[in-house]
Amino acid sequence: MNDIVLNVSNIGKHFGGLQALENVNLQIEAGKTHAIIGPNGAGKSTLLNVCVGRIKPDTGSVKFLGDNLTGRKPHEINQLGVARVFQTPEIFPELTLLRNVMVPAFAKREGAFKLNAFRKVDNEAEVRDEAEHILEDVGLKEQMNGLAGSLSRGDKRRLELAMCLIQHPKLLLLDEPTAGMSRHDTNRTIDLLRLIKERGMTKVIIEHDMHVVFSLADHISVLAQGQIIVEGSPDMVRGNARVQEAYLGGAHV
Amino acid sequence: MDAILLQILNGLDKGGAYALIALGLTLVFGTLGVVNFAHGALFMLGAFCAVTLQQLLTISKRVKDESITFFDAYKETPYLEIWFGDTGKTIIDFSVPLSILLAIPVMLLIGFVMERGLIRFFYKRPHAEQILVTFGLAIVLQEVIKAQFGANPVPQAAPDFVAGSADIGLWFGLGEGLVYPWWRLIYLGFAAVVITLVFSFLQFTTYGMVVRAGMQDRETVGLLGINIQRRFTVVFGIAAVVAGLAGVMYTPILPPDYHMGMDFLVLSFVVVVVGGMGSLPGAVAAGFLLGILQSFSSMNEIKSLIPGIDQIILYLVAVVILLVRPRGLLGRRGVME
Amino acid sequence: MAQLWHRNDLLLMGVFTLAVLAMPLWLAPFGAGYPDLLQKLAIYGIFAIGFNILFGLTGYLSFGHAAFLGVGSYAAVWSFKLFTMNVLPAVLFGTLLAGVFAALIGFISLRRSGIYFSILTLAFAQMSYNLAYSVLTPITNGETGLQLTQSDPRIIDRLYVEATSGLPSTELFGLKMSGYPGFYFCAAILIIAFFFSVRIFNSPFGVKLLAIKSNQTRMGYTGYNTRPYLLVAFVISGMYAGLAGSLLAVTDPLAGAERMQWTASGEVVLMTILGGAGTLIGPLLGAGLIKYFENVFSAYNEAVLHQIFAMLPDWLQSAMVFVVNPFVGEGWHLTLGALFVLIVIFLPGGIMEGIRRLSSLVRRIIARSRRDGLQAA
Repeated sequence: MNDIVLNVSNIGKHFGGLQALENVNLQIEAGKTHAIIGPNGAGKSTLLNVCVGRIKPDTGSVKFLGDNLTGRKPHEINQLGVARVFQTPEIFPELTLLRNVMVPAFAKREGAFKLNAFRKVDNEAEVRDEAEHILEDVGLKEQMNGLAGSLSRGDKRRLELAMCLIQHPKLLLLDEPTAGMSRHDTNRTIDLLRLIKERGMTKVIIEHDMHVVFSLADHISVLAQGQIIVEGSPDMVRGNARVQEAYLGGAHV
Repeated sequence: MDAILLQILNGLDKGGAYALIALGLTLVFGTLGVVNFAHGALFMLGAFCAVTLQQLLTISKRVKDESITFFDAYKETPYLEIWFGDTGKTIIDFSVPLSILLAIPVMLLIGFVMERGLIRFFYKRPHAEQILVTFGLAIVLQEVIKAQFGANPVPQAAPDFVAGSADIGLWFGLGEGLVYPWWRLIYLGFAAVVITLVFSFLQFTTYGMVVRAGMQDRETVGLLGINIQRRFTVVFGIAAVVAGLAGVMYTPILPPDYHMGMDFLVLSFVVVVVGGMGSLPGAVAAGFLLGILQSFSSMNEIKSLIPGIDQIILYLVAVVILLVRPRGLLGRRGVME
Repeated sequence: MAQLWHRNDLLLMGVFTLAVLAMPLWLAPFGAGYPDLLQKLAIYGIFAIGFNILFGLTGYLSFGHAAFLGVGSYAAVWSFKLFTMNVLPAVLFGTLLAGVFAALIGFISLRRSGIYFSILTLAFAQMSYNLAYSVLTPITNGETGLQLTQSDPRIIDRLYVEATSGLPSTELFGLKMSGYPGFYFCAAILIIAFFFSVRIFNSPFGVKLLAIKSNQTRMGYTGYNTRPYLLVAFVISGMYAGLAGSLLAVTDPLAGAERMQWTASGEVVLMTILGGAGTLIGPLLGAGLIKYFENVFSAYNEAVLHQIFAMLPDWLQSAMVFVVNPFVGEGWHLTLGALFVLIVIFLPGGIMEGIRRLSSLVRRIIARSRRDGLQAA
C-alpha cells in the first residue's frame, strides 16, 4: 500500500453556466505516474489549475501530504513541493538558460523571499553545478549561456522541465509536455520522463498523445465533461468501451 | 441649496473638459490599444488653433487715431476692421467660436500625421514604450508651441454678447444672486453636443459599429477582411479633433500656455482610470463626476474640514478605485488588469 | 572558498572611481569643468542609477520618483535648520525619510502592475506636489521654497559656536561644501552608490528581479512571493532618489516643490532610457548627457552660434544658425524630446545598445579585413 501524495476530493467548479468540473475525486500515489486523459474541453487543465492555486474551486478540497492546497497562493503551493510544467512554456525568455534553472534552485534553497543582494551569483558554485547537471540531463547544456527566448518550442519545454526538476518536487504536474513536438523530440521527452520516474518522483500528466500516455502512465483517469468516467491501469482503460466512446468516438486505440 | 447647485455647475464645465479629453484618450486606447501620453498636447494644440486664428484676424496696421486731435496719435487697427468696418469687428469678436472651423481640419490632419508617422509603429510594442514615445512627442509638441507663441499664457476673449453671467437662479426659481458665466454654460452645452456626436457616430453608423467591434475584439475584425488600419487612422483623427475642440473652447476659461496639455493629461488619465480603461461611457461619466467632486472639495466648508482635500481629491479617488476596483466604474473585466 | 571580488569587478570599480574623480580634468575640454555642473552630473547620476534598479531590473515604470527626490531635499534642509550644517546627518535623514515614503507608496502602488502602477505612482507624486504647494506650507514653505534663515535653531551647532550674522554654509566637519569640495563629496557618494548597484545587479536578488521582469507568473509557480522583492527594489530606488535630493540640498541649501512635479519624474525616465535601462553605466551616461547638454546647450544663443559657424561662408553660416537655433538655448527641451522619440523608436536599449551594435560592427569589419588579408597573402 503506497502513500497518497495528492488527494483531490469532491472538486466542483463552474464558469458562468458551464460546469467545468463536477465532483472530481483523485488519489495520486507516491512514486507513480498518473495520467489524466480526456477529450478537449473535458476540464483537464482546469483541474490542474485548481491543484496549483490558479483557480479557486467552488466545492471540495485538494490535500497535498496533509496540507490543504485550496485557497493558497501559487508560491506557497510550490514551496510545499508542487512544481508545474505549463501547456505553453512559462520560462524567463530574457535570461540565459543557466539562470533560468538557477532561479528555481534559489527558491528551493531560500524559500519564498530572501534578500541576498550582496552575494554574487557567480559565486554560487553549488547551485550552478547542479543547474549545469540538470541542463545536461535535458540535453541543453551546450546552449546554457544563450538566451532562453531564442530556443525552439520543444527546447523551451525541456528547459521548463529542468526548471521544475532542480527543485526536486514531491509532485510534478505536466500539462501536455509533448504538445506540438516532433516525433523525435517527443521520444526524447518520454525517455527523460522515464528517467525521472526511475528516480521515484510522483507525476500527474495531462496528455493527448496516447503513445506518451501508454509509455509512461501507471494509472489513468479519464475525464469527460467535467467528470471522471473511468479510472484504472492502462490495460484496463485501453479496453474500456466507455472510454472509447467518450474519448475516441468509437475508434480503436 | 444655491451653493450646491452652483458647485455642481462649477464642476460641470471642468468636467466637460475632462470628459472630452478622456473620451479621446479612451477611444484611442480601446481601439488602437495605445496609451497616448501626447493626448494632452492635442488639447493644447487645439487651444493654440484659437490663438492662431485670433492672431491672424487681428493682423494690424498703424493708422492715425482720429479721435485724438491735439497731437498725432496712432493706433493699431486690424485690417479686417479697416476693410469691413463693424462686420470685421464682429468677426474678430467671434474668433474663438470661429476657431472651431479652423481646428477641425487642422486637428484631423495632425491626428492623421501622428498616427501614420509614429503611433502605428507602436501597436505591438509594450505599453511602457508607448508611454515613453508619446511622452517624448508631447515634449516636442509643447516646445514647438513655446518657441512659436512664447512661454506666457495668451488670454482669449469670448464673444462680447456672452461676456457676462447668466442669472440661472431665476431659471430654476431660486431667486436672484445665483449667477454663472455664460461662456461656461456654452462650454457645457458644447461638450454635450460633441459627446453626443461621437456616440451617435459610433452607435448609428456602420463605420462606427465596426470601430466598436474593434474595441471588443481587434483580431476578429481584422480577420473579417475589414481594413482596420485605415479605421485606426480615422479614429485617431477623431480623438485628436475632440481633444482639439475641447481646447479651443476652453481658451476663454483658461488662457492657454504651452504646458496646459501636460497639466490636463495627468488629470485625464485619472479620469480614464476611474471610468474604466476602454469604456467610453465610463470616461464621460467619470469626467463629469470628478469635475463636480473637485468643485465640491474646493468649498470652504469642506476645506476647513479636511485641509488640502481639494488638491488631492482626484488622485485620491483614482488610487482608491485602482485598488478596490481596477477595471474602473464602467470598465469591462480583464482589460489590462 | 568564494572570492569576495572578481578581478573584473575590481577593474570596473577602479576605472569607474578614477573616471569620476578625474571628471574635472577630462570634462574641462568640453566646457564642463566647473563645480556647479559637476555636482549636478554626480547627483543626477545617483538619481538615475537608483531609478534603474527599479525600472531596469523589474520593468516597473514609476512616474513618481521625483516625489522622493523632493522629500530628500526637504528632509536635508530641515536637518540644516534644526540640527547642524554638517551634511552627513542631512544626507542620512534625506535618504531614510525617502525610504519611508517609498515603502508607503510602494506598498500600495505595487498591488497593480503595468500602466496602472505607472498611474498610481504618478497620482501619489502629484498629490505630494500639490500638498507641498498648499496645506503643507508650514513644512515646505510653499511657492518660495524652504530656505535657511538666521533664526533657525540649529541646536547641535549652537552647542559649539555662536550664531554669526549671515547665513551659514553646509559643511563636512569644517570643510565647506561649495565648489570642488562639494563635488568630491557628491562624487564619493556616487562611487559608493554605483558600487551598491553593481552588487545588486550581480546578486541572486538582482537576478530574481530580472526574472520577475521576464515572467512574473512563472516566478509565482517557482515558489517566489514577488511582492516583497518588488517592494525592496522600490524602496532602494526611492532611497537613491532621496539621497540625490539631499545632495541637491547639500550643494545648494534650499528645496522647492517643483522638484516633485511629475515632469521631473519624467526627466529621470528620460535619462535612464536614453543611456540604456537595465545596464550598469547607461543611466549614468544618460543623466550626464542630459544635464550636460541642458547646461551647455541652453547657454547657446544666436551670437554664440554665429561664432561656432564662423568659418563657413556667410550664406551657409546664416542658414546653419537658422536651422540650429530652434534646438538650442530656450529650445533645448525640443532637442531632448526629439532625441528621446528617436531613441525609443530606433534604439530602445539606449546609448549602451548603440555602443554594443557599433562595436560588434567594428569587430566584424576587422575580422573581415583580416580574413581578406590572409587570402591575399
